[in-house]
Amino acid sequence: MTEMSYLDGNMLDGPLRELLAVDLSAATGRCASCGMVGPMAGLRVYAHAPGLVGRCPACAEVMLRLVRAPDRAWLDLRGATYLQVPMPTAPSFPRPL
Amino acid sequence: MSPGFQGRRRTTDPALPPGQYLTEDFPVLSAGPTPRVPLDRWEFVLATETGDELRWSWAELMALPQETPTVDIHCVTRWSKFGTSWQGVSLDVLLDGVDTAADYAQAHSYGGYTTNLPLDDLRDGQAWVVHGYDGEPLPAEHGGPARLLVPHLYFWKSAKWVRGLRLTVEDEPGFWETAGYHDYGDPWREQRYQGD
Repeated sequence: MTEMSYLDGNMLDGPLRELLAVDLSAATGRCASCGMVGPMAGLRVYAHAPGLVGRCPACAEVMLRLVRAPDRAWLDLRGATYLQVPMPTAPSFPRPL
Repeated sequence: MSPGFQGRRRTTDPALPPGQYLTEDFPVLSAGPTPRVPLDRWEFVLATETGDELRWSWAELMALPQETPTVDIHCVTRWSKFGTSWQGVSLDVLLDGVDTAADYAQAHSYGGYTTNLPLDDLRDGQAWVVHGYDGEPLPAEHGGPARLLVPHLYFWKSAKWVRGLRLTVEDEPGFWETAGYHDYGDPWREQRYQGD
């Protein structure tokens, strides 16, 4: 049996940099609580709080928490199953393995 | 000792923790919609680590000995307010006779908010379930019908719309504590964020 090899997490830097550099207002998210899929721009954001709290417009559960310290930030997306982000068209995806 | 620094320090109130400013109004902070809990359906549940539960209805809470603490409060968003007056029941009364080996408590609220504290920080006259503010029923925007009041820690620990406490053997970080905020939150040591 052949053990599948894995790569060092450093290899994520390029792909994540490409993803996180985009305009997230155009991203779509899926609520982990109720399954609703919709634009992240449609979240209800409670900003008068120790951080930003983005809630699903359908079920009001928390999809996003963003906390900003002077020298650090935390992004908690456990309430979102995924973010779908529009990317520049690249016909070479998915790449052949 | 540097006289220059001493001189500057004296310009701040010694009752004000580091990095805080004094406010006269009472800012409303909220991480979600304000729950509206009818008093006839309100309850406070104290659950131990073995699953035992103690429950108080609104009438039962009102029948317990009441205290009127006047305390300074400190919000992690840097405002502090001196001499706030509350009415409620000491956690010493609610915890009296509870058989537990837990070292921690997680408060949970109507609306889903949670926050964690060492159980010792809820004892010895340090914490209350309050339902009155300034001689009036606690308004919903400030956490009414009832909220936790733990004034020696940053105010996010004083859970609004409190519904109960879960006593736990392990520390279980809550809503803000899992998103970058400090696990304990002592304003005098300026424990705002993880690692502070």
